[in-house]
Amino acid sequence: MFSKVLSATIDGARCVPVCVEADVSNGLPMFSMVGDLTSQVKEAQERVRTAIKNMGITIPAKRITVNLSPADIRKAGSRFDLPIAAALLAAFGLIEKEKLEGVMLAGELGLDGKVNPVSGILPLAETARESGCTLCVVPEKNYREAAAVGRIPVLAVHSLPHFLECAGKENWGVDKDPEPFVFSEGRDSLYRDFSDIQGQEHAKRAAVIAAAGFHNFLMTGPRGTGKTMIARRIPGILPALSREEQLEISRVYSIAGLLTEERPFLTSRPFRAPHHTITPAALAGGGKYPRPGEITLAHRGILFLDEFPEFSHDAIEILRQPLEERSITISRMGASFVFPADFMFVAAMNHCPCGHYPNLNHCTCTGAEISRYKNRISGPVMDRIDICAEVSGVSYEELSGRKKGKTSRELQKEVEKAVAIQKDRYEEKYKNRGIFFNSQLRGDLIPRYCETGREAARILEKAYEKMNLSARSYHKILKTARTIADLEGETLIKEAHISEALCYRETGGNMR
Amino acid sequence: MIKEEKDMWICKQEEANYPQRLKYFENMPEKLFVKGKLPDENKKSVAIVGARSCSYYGRTQAYEFARKLAENGVQIISGMAMGIDGWAHRGALDGGGETFAVLGSGVDICYPRQNADLYRKIPQQGGILSEYEPGDQPLAWHFPLRNRIISGLADLVLVIEARQKSGSLITVEYALEQGRTVYALPGRVGDALSEGCNHLIFQGAGIAKSVEIIMNELEISVKLNKKLNENSKIRLASREEMVYSCVDLSPRHMDEILLRAGLEPAETQAILLKLELEGLVNEPIKNYYARAGG
Repeated sequence: MFSKVLSATIDGARCVPVCVEADVSNGLPMFSMVGDLTSQVKEAQERVRTAIKNMGITIPAKRITVNLSPADIRKAGSRFDLPIAAALLAAFGLIEKEKLEGVMLAGELGLDGKVNPVSGILPLAETARESGCTLCVVPEKNYREAAAVGRIPVLAVHSLPHFLECAGKENWGVDKDPEPFVFSEGRDSLYRDFSDIQGQEHAKRAAVIAAAGFHNFLMTGPRGTGKTMIARRIPGILPALSREEQLEISRVYSIAGLLTEERPFLTSRPFRAPHHTITPAALAGGGKYPRPGEITLAHRGILFLDEFPEFSHDAIEILRQPLEERSITISRMGASFVFPADFMFVAAMNHCPCGHYPNLNHCTCTGAEISRYKNRISGPVMDRIDICAEVSGVSYEELSGRKKGKTSRELQKEVEKAVAIQKDRYEEKYKNRGIFFNSQLRGDLIPRYCETGREAARILEKAYEKMNLSARSYHKILKTARTIADLEGETLIKEAHISEALCYRETGGNMR
Repeated sequence: MIKEEKDMWICKQEEANYPQRLKYFENMPEKLFVKGKLPDENKKSVAIVGARSCSYYGRTQAYEFARKLAENGVQIISGMAMGIDGWAHRGALDGGGETFAVLGSGVDICYPRQNADLYRKIPQQGGILSEYEPGDQPLAWHFPLRNRIISGLADLVLVIEARQKSGSLITVEYALEQGRTVYALPGRVGDALSEGCNHLIFQGAGIAKSVEIIMNELEISVKLNKKLNENSKIRLASREEMVYSCVDLSPRHMDEILLRAGLEPAETQAILLKLELEGLVNEPIKNYYARAGG
């Protein structure tokens, strides 16, 4: 008897439907599985056989063949246990074959027939919906993750007998057209608030501008001045995520196996702060069958690299492509994989190895040490950072002050306003070029959209000559000024916007 | 036998042009290797020495003192090291005067490399000298020793910045042995970089309050410095004056200036930029501002 069911496999960041076929025929008793399987999938044989036996079903002494097609895609993971078991049960005649048509399944089996959760359920449910399936069967613990997709009925099963029982019910006993599962935001508890930071007005303002234009942002300053505090609060002032963006992020996390039963869906922007000992592969994504790296996990959120110069040279340089193209391509023998990586890059660093510079009473580093420390960040990476701000030590006056700054909620309103202006300006015309924010403007678009007033142009010209600016930093200043003008709701870039933007330029200042 | 390079010559102790100032002392080198020329015996000379890792304050003061002294025909002697030494040479070069560097290596070696610009320029407006033979490496023990030549060539030694334990204090010891006048630039109490200077003053060194004081000591009349007067006459609008008054000789962070000036951040930033473009304020480190000049 022949039967088939549907499942799906993860191939890089894609989810590909897989047809699981089972055939039971006369011949020498044996169980064989084919279809470009890794050993993880081959082990399914033992789990499935034992789980079916422990249900009290005798496996007939026949020749059993299982095939997973398309056979040219490598299949990994334990997610095929349930579909293989389902195909076999249908081949044994325990489930009607028609019943399994248009049903997509995934799940891992225990020897006792228990269905355990697996990763990558969210993209599987989406694939099921897109390929016109009528039902998605997932492990019970993955239910909320699958239900988040919406517009596809989801059946949660806790064990193989439970699955068999549901198969006997009319329409599997599920609602035909369910609403997507809505998750509460809970943002207040997630992000700490900007008003916690005393003083640091300059750096806070720079953070708001960076968030408003999605500019990459570098903070420099002595240790213990609050650089990390500021970075951790940036996700809270970025505009709220749309439903599509939430799905996009959750898909990545699902593939990486980072969604849990308690947190089955991401509603807030990710904040990733890997330690500086991270390898280039862990940052970019890698492995024989590439898994998303930190830059992909930071998609639509913040990638924060604290102690930036301490990261290995290779790890820093790997950021070049994703900062430019907003995705990363990982090539392996046989295939290359594209992962999304549209993140806002935030970095923090000291001026010198001892961390005290520019306080010369404490800093004992030599001029050569300071410049060597700075030179660890290569020019091409610095070029991709629009806003640089110096964070100073806080005076006691500021620290003990009762004056509370703006809250994250207020700042987020300002940012959302500026983002809306940018959306109006770019979305229709440049959607296919991937331009949504001022920071993404390139070449010819800069003079078109960064129009300056006469006074502003004059001061910029003077600064260009006096401060020895390069053509690239000139463009960065214009883009930053554009965002500042958007925050103020101005169409034309004014003198004040230029002079503020000039404060955030990158300077190689070194007193020694 | 040392081969003579075309731009280097040797001056032996018995020769007539060997510096008279050095002839009185016993421990002076038998021959000097020179690129450029030797200091003029008839002109006054001042040695400006100080820390290699200096503050913005020290660096600007070294530059300004050297520049003004050089404008008045004083020769500036120093050691071409990083920090104060280098800035003193730069000041003298920009002031159009003569300056001499005494190296701790052979004169054919530029050490530190960062001062390659000085190494090229000094022989055209003065000279580079050394007691070490060409090819001799800059070894650590050379440097304290060459300090005796620096103080010996000078009529007056001016210490700009020195920590409690500093190589500059070795120069001072030689200077006192050789009977040279010692002046020190006062600093704030608590600044580690000024501790050595303040201690020298406590011990009786002259206070380098202004260039005029040094000139008086050297018995030279000060040329009327037009540029200096012009500079202080620049008229500023009241708000700019207010921001300018919050900027100190030592660099201050933007936040501190914002706090002191009490104006809107955007306005303060605009004024600082204007002052910077006018050359009244410098930004030696990112977002730290200091007054330009002395």
